[in-house]
Amino acid sequence: MATSIKDLPRDEVVMKGHGACAGCPSTLALRIAGKAFGPNAVCVMTPSCTVASLGLIPKAAYDYPILNVCFATAGSSASGIVYAYESLYKKGKLTGEMPTVFTWIGDGGTYDIGLQAISAAAERNDNYIFICYNNEAYSNTGVQRSGATPKFAATTTTPQGKMEDKKNMPLLMLDHQIPYLATASLAYPTDFYDKLVKAKNTRGFKYIEVFAPCCTGWKFPSSDMIRISRMAVTSGAWLLYEAENGKIKFNGPTAKIMEGKVELSPLEDYFSCQGRFASINRAANKEEIIAEAKNKILADIEFMKKRAAF
Amino acid sequence: MKTILDTGCHIVAQAAKSAKVDFVSAYPITPQTSVVEEIASMVQRGEIDCRFLPVEGEHSAMAACVAAAATGARTFTATSSQGLLYMHEVLHMASGCRFPIVMANVNRGVFAPWTIWVDHQDSLSQRDTGWLQYYCASLQEVFDTIIQAYKVAEQIKIPIMVNLDGFVLSHCVMAVQIPDQEIIDRFLPTVEPAWRFDPQNPTSYVSVTGPDLYEGFRTSLHQDQLKALDLMVQAAREYQELTGLYHGDLLDLYRCDDANTFVFAMGSMAEELKLSVDILREEGIKIGLIRLRVFRPFPKEAISKVLPEDATVVVLDRNFAFGHEGGILFSELKDALFTRRDNVRLLNQIMGIGGIDLTYQYMAEQVKNLLGL
Repeated sequence: MATSIKDLPRDEVVMKGHGACAGCPSTLALRIAGKAFGPNAVCVMTPSCTVASLGLIPKAAYDYPILNVCFATAGSSASGIVYAYESLYKKGKLTGEMPTVFTWIGDGGTYDIGLQAISAAAERNDNYIFICYNNEAYSNTGVQRSGATPKFAATTTTPQGKMEDKKNMPLLMLDHQIPYLATASLAYPTDFYDKLVKAKNTRGFKYIEVFAPCCTGWKFPSSDMIRISRMAVTSGAWLLYEAENGKIKFNGPTAKIMEGKVELSPLEDYFSCQGRFASINRAANKEEIIAEAKNKILADIEFMKKRAAF
Repeated sequence: MKTILDTGCHIVAQAAKSAKVDFVSAYPITPQTSVVEEIASMVQRGEIDCRFLPVEGEHSAMAACVAAAATGARTFTATSSQGLLYMHEVLHMASGCRFPIVMANVNRGVFAPWTIWVDHQDSLSQRDTGWLQYYCASLQEVFDTIIQAYKVAEQIKIPIMVNLDGFVLSHCVMAVQIPDQEIIDRFLPTVEPAWRFDPQNPTSYVSVTGPDLYEGFRTSLHQDQLKALDLMVQAAREYQELTGLYHGDLLDLYRCDDANTFVFAMGSMAEELKLSVDILREEGIKIGLIRLRVFRPFPKEAISKVLPEDATVVVLDRNFAFGHEGGILFSELKDALFTRRDNVRLLNQIMGIGGIDLTYQYMAEQVKNLLGL
């Protein structure tokens, strides 16, 4: 039976009084991760919004041991901790239950500067959970384009809208043949929670990417974060799935979309409520642009259907 | 004590084994490659009780070492040249975290153009990363210095780089005495780290600090660097008492007692210079050798003490201080002697770049030329 929101542990790892924006998706996601992993866990963070808004010394707002590392090194730093723990627990220099090791990294530290070390850790099947909170831009430095920024989205380095498609990072990670991979959305928090618990109970390299609509970067009211998270899924812009040992299973609304049981919600609605897509609304060829974006989504869905059946 | 005959790279691996490291992460690069191969093999054969993390590059190797050190593990790595340069960002992190990581660096010139042979540009370019630096002149010294480096690093909580010349030492076979494990264990007890990444103590480790805190952390690293000199002397002496093996404290002095002229150098070329000194002595020149074992912290007072008034020092550099006169050792020595009011005379030559062979005859000739003889 699916977990109910009421079943989630009451423990809170993010304390009150932090400096994150109202409606920050990363902060909510980290709260859920804390509930899933419990107190015996350690986390690695690279420079990101989470560090800047929650982690400043001496006012750190998370009740979690968090090691801050160099930007490109999330993948290798977490591996270093895991291997060192394995050595120290084997030798009896540390005793008790080995902590769960996970990373909390933005799309910049995952898709772009951190990719090499993550790929290597996945190939070695190192025993930790890599979590990417994907807000589709370098939000911490003021919203510049990243490899996760979708086509047409305006950022401070793509003021007229990005010209290129984002890369498909979850698929890249899936093809590293890791034992567990999942995408998640904050509109479906229990699905996210269950995936975190599953990752915790799986040995080897786990990759979870949670979609994180950033009201500041994407330019929408902070109260709309969950609504936009949901629209991303129902419009097909973000697909919810998990893969155990490479076997893909679609979740939530994405499963229904894949089965053809529901229609995609209008992409126009998803675009029109975000300031980063404002140039589309102003464009003379608005319908053409939306058709292109929609066709890309349909192509991705068709590809993933075949990939899942493979 | 047993004596083994092996290459420099394998002696480095043997030293890591004798230091009973918990964790090694490294990436192969010529001429360090067989250090990685040997440690990986030792781990697979169960000869060393440690975890080896075969990363995809040196930036990751140092990142993994820093993270492993954060758990309290005794950590080792080895690299060379481009690999060391690639680590640069994380070297700063390692010293800033005050982790006693020990790294062997097999000295090799840097790109461009490509070279695989020895000079000291790679490690000297890391001068201001906050790492302590030793330079070795024999394989016995390589082994002994790695053991001593752990002792010092764990006392002062600063990482240490132990340098050995590419090919000249890394691929050369020499007899090395390996002290009994019990002796090494007595010299090198397990020390609690300065701090540990601890699930029981949930906070943000090594995070953003304001100017009020940042300066304090950096200043203490600077001050403790200078304190390391005494610890390095103590380590060399204590190791000598336990094993009988000794290569000098901060300096290795050769025929310096009555000298008025000195050659000043480090690495394998400095060992070769002992023969040059012998030749020049035969010609009546009152010359001695100061071989620098420790480059960081720079042993300013120890050097100054050796030099009499009006001494002439010939500094031989295997590196460039680009945009400044001469080599880096020359600059460092000039700076160290600046406050002396006598007329110490300093001469400099850069030589042996990119692996040019430095024979004792050649160096003796060069020293004579510099002296105008």
